[in-house]
Amino acid sequence: MLLAEQILNGAQFGIMLFLLAAGLTLVFGIMGLINLAHGSLYMIGAFTAAWAGNATGSFAAALAIGMVVTAVVGMAIEAAVLRRLYARDHLDQVVATFGLILFFNEAATWLFGRQPLFAAVPPWLAGSVELLPGVPYPAYRLAIIAVGLLVALLLYLLVARTRLGMLIRAGSSDREMVRALGVDIRLIYTVVFGLGALLAGLAGVMAGPVFSVQVGMGEQVLILTFVVIIIGGIGSVRGAFVGALLVGMVDTLTRAFLPGLLKTLMSTSEADAIGGGASSMAVYVLMAAILLWRPRGLFPAHG
Amino acid sequence: MARLTRERCLLLAGLVLILAYPWGAAAVGQPFLVGLGTRVLIMGLAAASLDLAVGFGGMVSFGHAAFFGIGGYAVGILAFHAHEETAFLGLVPGSNLALVVWPAAVGLAGVAALAIGALSLRTAGVHFIMITLAFAQMLFFLFVSLKVYGGDDGLSFRPRNILPGLDTRDDMSFYYVVAVLLILFLILARRLLDARFGVALRGVRENERRLAALGIRPYGIKLAAFTLSGAVAGLAGALMANQARFVSPELLHWTKSGDLLIMVILGGLGTLYGAVLGAAVLILLETGLAAWTEHWMIVLGPILVALILFARGGLWGVLTGRHRP
Repeated sequence: MLLAEQILNGAQFGIMLFLLAAGLTLVFGIMGLINLAHGSLYMIGAFTAAWAGNATGSFAAALAIGMVVTAVVGMAIEAAVLRRLYARDHLDQVVATFGLILFFNEAATWLFGRQPLFAAVPPWLAGSVELLPGVPYPAYRLAIIAVGLLVALLLYLLVARTRLGMLIRAGSSDREMVRALGVDIRLIYTVVFGLGALLAGLAGVMAGPVFSVQVGMGEQVLILTFVVIIIGGIGSVRGAFVGALLVGMVDTLTRAFLPGLLKTLMSTSEADAIGGGASSMAVYVLMAAILLWRPRGLFPAHG
Repeated sequence: MARLTRERCLLLAGLVLILAYPWGAAAVGQPFLVGLGTRVLIMGLAAASLDLAVGFGGMVSFGHAAFFGIGGYAVGILAFHAHEETAFLGLVPGSNLALVVWPAAVGLAGVAALAIGALSLRTAGVHFIMITLAFAQMLFFLFVSLKVYGGDDGLSFRPRNILPGLDTRDDMSFYYVVAVLLILFLILARRLLDARFGVALRGVRENERRLAALGIRPYGIKLAAFTLSGAVAGLAGALMANQARFVSPELLHWTKSGDLLIMVILGGLGTLYGAVLGAAVLILLETGLAAWTEHWMIVLGPILVALILFARGGLWGVLTGRHRP
């Protein structure tokens, strides 16, 4: 029963990672930009939503404000800074976006203080649902899973079936040719970046009631998001989906069960310490193993 | 006599500045400045070692803090066992002797770099960045979980490592120990880069296939450079542990790897000396801004962005009038 619950927790965390990874993989796989500040967008979504939720008492308002503000901030930094970096070395992108992280973290500290903000679960999702007899599960977490699956479907349809998706895919293989065909590729990039930011904001809004809303929350999840993208294969939305679920499951399950397993072998405090360390390491071991086995990830996008 | 180029003038000025600095600090009556200078030189050594891998070998390691941290923990753990009079893993007795501990730190970091490099070099590009990060994160969490050595909180220890004939507890003497090691490393690295090995290394960065066609195996060259780079980062970590008399998992955190990359890029990729300049500029900016306002990062962030956008080729490139190829 505990196992079923932890598997759902793993799926819910994985879905959250997918929302972040989807935006990052659009930007990274299509525009070739390593955006370390993607985690900051997630943080902005969480902070603005928590603030708006506390101010208005309405989850819908929190959701709307969180997503809109994040998308606007995302498009603003694209236009002001990141646009100049597409043609640059990955290293320049790493440093410039690292600078953005410093800025956003400090700005958040300045505006909201160092104490974590409280974000409420909407009342109509506050209860729990009995999925299997005897296994109650929080409705809010189930809602996260549902929203994530819906976004995955919409994103798939957008990229594979629409004209915008076609232009995005074309732009990733030959930017100049798309421009020569009379398409405003700059605008498309800004829109795609805004879309990625919106997804990061959505993840942040939904994460608020589950994790703590505080400065630095973006970086913890950012690294895991990069792990997801690398495992899945850069530029592949399908890879991001599979990678996210894999990472979410491995991270959650090792955290839940590894210390317990170790307790059968050694003393409790040692098992907690080593189990904690080993479960934090687990996703990185997974990534290293997958890269050694398939150096381009599970679903490489190009060839 | 060597021709007096702009770069040579700068190097001479830098050398004079490094050697005269502690006197200047003492003259203005601010002894803490000596410690600050020592930190600049140590991070400069770490950044210059990273530049060997990134700037010359094209291997963008986002996990170099791992080697820095291994070097630091070698010092911390050996000092811990020397104090407790126990043995590491029941086998290796502790020690406070620099001539024992520092080579051990370099060796351990080198072995770790050899192992991580051997695996990571099977990938390239962004994947290489991420796999080096993954290994560094594994080591970070390993040290977090080692409660014996302080876990999260880190490990402090009393005396600095002992060098025969020198009082390393004196900040001025320790500064000069670090300065001499940095200068020696820069001379050796310059010679190595100008030798056959360095030419081959840059060849690998430019075009691996062509080099392979010439009969030089790129893998071995890259692995050798990566190992050397990691070993020297380990030395820097050992020095940093001595400077602070404290080690913690923070030494291996990914933001430390990010800091090192920023120093290298700020100074100028593939310029060697630029990395030291980058370290100095970043640390002085941080210290200066932190003294001015609590929210210094809100200023530092945009400065970094602006430097990347407008000072292409790094500060060393701007100073020498040479730009990135």
